[in-house]
This record gives sequence, structure tokens and C-alpha cells, in this order.
Amino acid sequence: MSQFDISKLPKGQKGFMYDWGSDQRAFKGVPWGKAMMWIFLLSDTFIFSCFLISLMTARASTVVPWPPTSDVFALTVFGVELPLLLIAIMTFVLITSSGTMAIAVKYGYEKNRKLCGWFLVATALGGLTFVGMQAFEWSKLIFHDGVRPWNNPFGAEQFGAFFFMVTGFHGTHVSIGVIFLFIFARKVFRGDFDTGRRGYFTSMKSDYEAIEILGLYWHFVDLVWVFIFAFFYLW
Amino acid sequence: MTDEYTDNKIETKAADSSSGSYAPPAETIPAQEAPDQELYHAKSFWTKWVFSQDAKVIGIQYALTATAIGFIGLILSWGMRLQLGFPETFSFLGPATYYQSVTMHGMIMVIYLLTALFLGGFGNYLIPLMVGARDMVFPYVNMVSYWMFLVAVLVLISSFFVPGGPTGAGWTLYPPQAILPGTPGSEMGIVLMLVSLSLFVIGFTMGGLNYVITILQSRTRGMTLMRMPLTIWGIFTATVLALLAFPALFVACIMMTLDNLLGTSFFMPEIFTMGEKLDYAGGSPILFQHLFWFFGHPEVYIVALPAFGIVSDLISVHARKNVFGYRMMVWAIVIIGALSFIVWAHHMYVSGMNPWFGFFFATTTLIIAVPTAIKVYNWVLTLWRGNIHLTIPMLFSLGFIVTFVNGGITGLFLGNVIIDVPLSDTYFVVAHFHMVMGIAPLMVVFGAIYHWYPLITGRHLNQTLGKIHFWVTFVGAYAIYFPMHYLGFIGVPRRYFEMYDSPYMTSGVGLNQFITVAALIVGFTQFLFLYNIFTSWYKGETSERNPWKANSLEWHTPDYPPTHGNFGKELPVVYRWPYDFSVPGSDKEYIPQDVPPSQVPTAKAEQT
Repeated sequence: MSQFDISKLPKGQKGFMYDWGSDQRAFKGVPWGKAMMWIFLLSDTFIFSCFLISLMTARASTVVPWPPTSDVFALTVFGVELPLLLIAIMTFVLITSSGTMAIAVKYGYEKNRKLCGWFLVATALGGLTFVGMQAFEWSKLIFHDGVRPWNNPFGAEQFGAFFFMVTGFHGTHVSIGVIFLFIFARKVFRGDFDTGRRGYFTSMKSDYEAIEILGLYWHFVDLVWVFIFAFFYLW
Repeated sequence: MTDEYTDNKIETKAADSSSGSYAPPAETIPAQEAPDQELYHAKSFWTKWVFSQDAKVIGIQYALTATAIGFIGLILSWGMRLQLGFPETFSFLGPATYYQSVTMHGMIMVIYLLTALFLGGFGNYLIPLMVGARDMVFPYVNMVSYWMFLVAVLVLISSFFVPGGPTGAGWTLYPPQAILPGTPGSEMGIVLMLVSLSLFVIGFTMGGLNYVITILQSRTRGMTLMRMPLTIWGIFTATVLALLAFPALFVACIMMTLDNLLGTSFFMPEIFTMGEKLDYAGGSPILFQHLFWFFGHPEVYIVALPAFGIVSDLISVHARKNVFGYRMMVWAIVIIGALSFIVWAHHMYVSGMNPWFGFFFATTTLIIAVPTAIKVYNWVLTLWRGNIHLTIPMLFSLGFIVTFVNGGITGLFLGNVIIDVPLSDTYFVVAHFHMVMGIAPLMVVFGAIYHWYPLITGRHLNQTLGKIHFWVTFVGAYAIYFPMHYLGFIGVPRRYFEMYDSPYMTSGVGLNQFITVAALIVGFTQFLFLYNIFTSWYKGETSERNPWKANSLEWHTPDYPPTHGNFGKELPVVYRWPYDFSVPGSDKEYIPQDVPPSQVPTAKAEQT
């Protein structure tokens, strides 16, 4: 496809620059959609970084002690208080959905419509379960423990503010991902990527690379969760 | 020309392949790497001109919307100037309205005019044409980007009509005052401002992804990164900055909206108002300042870098000479962009931060002077012994260089902590940033409009009106901002509604009146320019193809002005950089980018 000959490049930094600046495409063999998703995720990384760095400064600067998170996030099951039980399950579900997403991408490239579609549905269901459990956790904190964005009975009031804002923002990401997973599952079952059916909004053809691009987003959302998990629940 | 540039020297340069970028030798340009882009073909009036997916139309939509809101910003500045110059005579602006004018003027000019015009306007119009693409890579999202921008603008305007009016917190929107009673617009105005900014960021991200990826992944055959016009380099780097800096603004906006609507305390410390303790506790106002300026400083370069790029092209074309030190220019743009992320706290020297912190940020700030100075030297050296045509774009470019140097040098003053502290919050700061990021980029905007207007409409703007526009704007800008430096030195604080008979206002009174008169005249001239744009659209002198004899691809489309799909059946193939003017040995005065070496066998062009 490409006539760009890497072996002719000068060695070292110079070669790196020539490679980058080469003809037509900076990322050889990468479709534009995938490159675009990567840049978007970079931008989104900055958003979540700003959120988490703000959380760190708030925690470092607040005069009231931060709530004891292992108690706040504990569930009482059969009379036993288990810290982080719900979060452990949520994280497990979300990480598992990353696995099913990866399998869906594989079957997509093999043009195995049926399995690709079902694994997309499985991924979406994983995401839905996650959002559902998050809703449960929110309602427990709000209605049972009396945590509010503007105050809470456990300690510094920034706790509730940051918790609801950051997990809410992440939950929105997951929900958007779930919607797109269902849309793309439908596209896969209908065979849009094989027949070249045009998108309803974009009126452009697409192919199974779209599944991989959606996968990039999904893995990113999962990765962000790992950081949120660490900062809110383990710190 | 002939004495220094002997044929020998040129030949050695051309033979040394390591001096050029990795470009395929001579005629063997590699085949197309990706299949030709599929285009959306609009059929109805609505999809062609209103909900258009054509980057050229979107660019014009962006430019018109930005200009419209920009003129509102201009009129606001008139009100402020009348109040400052003649406080006794004009009383239509109360203290609250004055603050609201200051705030809206600042925000409108920086974000909704300059950012949107450079990246949304020029970016959309020029990127596909200049890199040889048929359109942006994702036209649908590009269209949505414009409509998000329009909604953001409408939300901003709507804040003029809500109870309490628009926010008067200053364009930096510092909490806690921004959302507390007593600040004008603390009811609905501030919320609408924050919502509008968030919408702007979302919309811009959609467009920005398109600009970046079109430049990285969708160039035509032979268009290496080091053959791109500097305009594209400027817009590209600025867009990358925007994609990484706007998230901080977005986060700050969300958090302040929550503080305001839900009563969270992200930025709000324990605070009393009217003797009553509020429910806020434990937040950090400084956190907002960090977030805001982490966006705010790159924002300066989001505006400046496209201006740098465009002005390089204008100077080169209108001086008929290649850009001096093209690679250095590219590297300077990239380095300025990278440095702009580690200087933000120089806006916060008086916020009470650790002095060592200020020392660090002063150092990084002053380092930026190095690549910036490289650029200024290179512009001057491009002009040196060039065949300078004093066309209107060239006049504006020259005006830009002078103004930028002026504003840049006062930047060196303010970058030093020890000089900044006494000058902080005086008119010196106002003068500095208006020179460096107000007037200087606007000079480039004007020059660029005079330069590319024939490409867009097929007609020239009226030259006489253009010359009047340039001279009044250029001289007038100095009449406005030079006295402000002096006002700053004698200690006049900025953002004051009226100075009454404070000790500053002995020599200050006359100066303020002078500035106001100058500002009114300069503002009026911008309306003349607007008139010129609209009348020349129909009545202007018809322009022949490529009137400036430029080399870059946008002037060499099969249809002139370029039509849907830009390049007809076959995409152009690029063999050289866009700066082959007055090439030794060539019988042509300029060699467009898509002319293969075989057609100009005698030209001793440097390999690029």
C-alpha cells in the first residue's frame, strides 16, 4: 500500500522526524477515524486529569478531615460489614466488559457478524450493570447515609461534591458508550459493515474498523475507572 | 540577488539530501496511501448552505458569526471608553453595567471572536485547500461543531436579557466574587456564561479533532509536513493546544456551575456576605485560578500561533521571497506551543503563591522570548532584500510585526515577578495584552481577509477603503494603547469605573479623553471595513485567478473560487514547498507547489 521505505530513513532522531513528517499520513496505515479517537481520548484524559488533580488539591487543602472511605463505601451483607464489596463487583464487571469488547473487535475483523454482535451486546449489558450498580450506590449514599454534594455527615464537604461530580461524569461516559454499543450491535446484526449501508446521520459508509474505534473508547472509560477507583476508594 | 547566490552554492545544497525533509526524489511521488475520500453531496439549499458539511461554507459561517459577536464586543468597548474618558458627560453606563461590559468585551474578543475566527473560520476554509484534501475527514461532526458554536454564542447573547444581566465578574471569572451577590449578573448571567463556555469547548473539540486529523492523515500526495504552508503549521499547533487546554476551562466551568447551582464548595471558602455566614466551606479559590490559567495561557498562543503562521505566508507572498528559515519557523511554533503549558502561573504572581514557584514560572515565561524572537528575526530577514509589494495584506503584516514586538517587549516586563507586582492590575497590563493578543492578531486577521477575500468571492476588496482601514487602525491602535502604558506606570488601576479626583488623574484625564476619541475613530473604521466586505461581495473589482501569484494549493484549484470537492477529478500532487519565489535559474517568477521539476528544468530550487 505504502511506498514509504523505512529502511532508507536516516538513523536516530532525524529519521524519527522524517518518518513523522512523511508524505500524506503521519500515522502510516492508520485510518483517520482511529487517529481521531486517539486524539479525542488524549483531550478527554486532560479533562479527567483536571478533575482528579482538583480532587487531590481539595483533599490536601481542606481543614476538615476527609471521610473514612472504607467505612463510607462498606456494604452490610448478612450482618457482616464488608468494605468495598460493591466497588469490587462494579470494577470486576467493567473490566470484564473490556474483555468482551476485545473479543467483539476480533470477531468483527473476522467478519463474524453474529458473534461480534452478541459480544457487543454483552459489553453493553456489562456497562448497563455497572451504571445500575452505580445508581444503587448513589441512592444508598444519598438516601441512607445522607451524603449530599454540599455536605455529608462523615467529614469534609468536598467529599460529596467531588464524588458525585467525578463518578457522575464517568457514569455519563459509560452511558454514552452503552448507547453506542447498542447502536453498533444493531448495525452489525443488520450487516451494515458488509453491505456498505450508509449511516443515518453521516450518510457515509463504514466498516469493522468502527468497532475497534468504539472499543478504544470503551477501554479508555474502563481505564479511567481504575484511576477513579484508586483515588476515591483506596486513598 | 546574483552576487551571493552563485549557482555552485545552490547545487551543493540541492544535492545534500539531509538538508531537506524525507521527500521522494524528483518525479517519483508515491502512490496514494488511502482511497480517495468519500464526499457528502448536498442536494437541497438547506444542506448546501445552511446545514452544510462543506468545510469552506462552515468556515464562512464561523467567520460571519464570530465577526457579528465581535462587533458587539467592539460596541461594548465604546461604552467603556466613553465612561472612562468623559465620566461626567456620559452617564448611561452605571458601575454594574461597566463591569458587565468589561467582562463581556473580554470574553467575546478572546474566545468567541479570535479563537473562533482563526481556527473555525480560517482553519475550516484553508486546511483542506492548503493540504490538498477534498474536505475535512469527518464533515458531519465538523458541521455539528459550527452549530454548537452558534448555540454557545446565542446562550452568551441571551445573558444580556435575563434578570440581573450578564456577568460582571471580569473575563477571568474569579470566584468567590463571580457567584456572590454584589457582583453584577451573579443570578443568571454567570450561569449562562459558564454554560456557553462549556458548549463552546464541546463544539470546538469536534472541529478541532477534524483540523488535527485532516492535517495529519489526509494530505495529498507529496505533501510532507515540511512542505506545508506555515499557516497550516500555526493552525495545527494552535488546535493541539486548544484540545489540551480547553479541558481545564471545561472542568472549571462545570465546578463553578455546581458551586453556583448546587451549593458545592469546590472554589468557595468559608465566607460571609452582608454579615451573614454562607453555607460554603473549605473550597479553594486558587484552584480555579490554576485551572483557568492552565487554559488561559495556552489560549494566548491559540490566538497567536495561527497569526504567526498566516503572517509568515503573507510576508513571503507579498515580498516575493521564500520564508527565511522555514524549519526554524516550524520548530519555533512547536516549541512556543509546548512552553505555553508550563507558564500559566505568571498570571498569578499576586495570588500569594510561594516565591520559588513564581521564580520557576518567570524563568519559563522568559524562555518563550527565544523562539518568539527567532520568528520576528525570520520575518524581518524574509523581508530583507525581498521585492516588497506594499499591498494591503503586506501593510497589515508590517503593522503586525511592529505591534507584536511592542507588545512582546512589555511582556518581558510583566514576566518578571519583581516588575509585575507593582504593575499588576494597572493599565500597563491592559496595554500589554491588547497590543500583543488584541491588535497584533487582528492585524493578521485583516491582512488575511484582504489576502484571501478574492479566493472566497472572486472579487477584490476596495483598495482605497482598505488603505484607510489600515492606516486608521494602525495609527489609532497606537494612539489608544501607548498612553495606557503611561497610565499604568503612574499607577492607574484597571477595571475602575471612575477615577474621580484621585491623585493619578492629573495628566490622566486628558490622556483618557484622547484614548476615548481614538478608540471611537478606530471602532468606526471597523464598520467601514464591514461595509467594504459586504459591498465588495457584489460590486468589488473582479479578481483574476491567483491575483497575488502565490504558490500554495488553494490558489491552484480547477475552479476559481474553489467549489465543492476542491480539486476536481484528480487531487493535485505536490513537488515542493509553497515558497519557491524568485528561484535562481527559473524563467518563472514563482513555481506553484504542484509543478513538477521536469516543467522547470532550469530552476535551481532547494529540495524541500
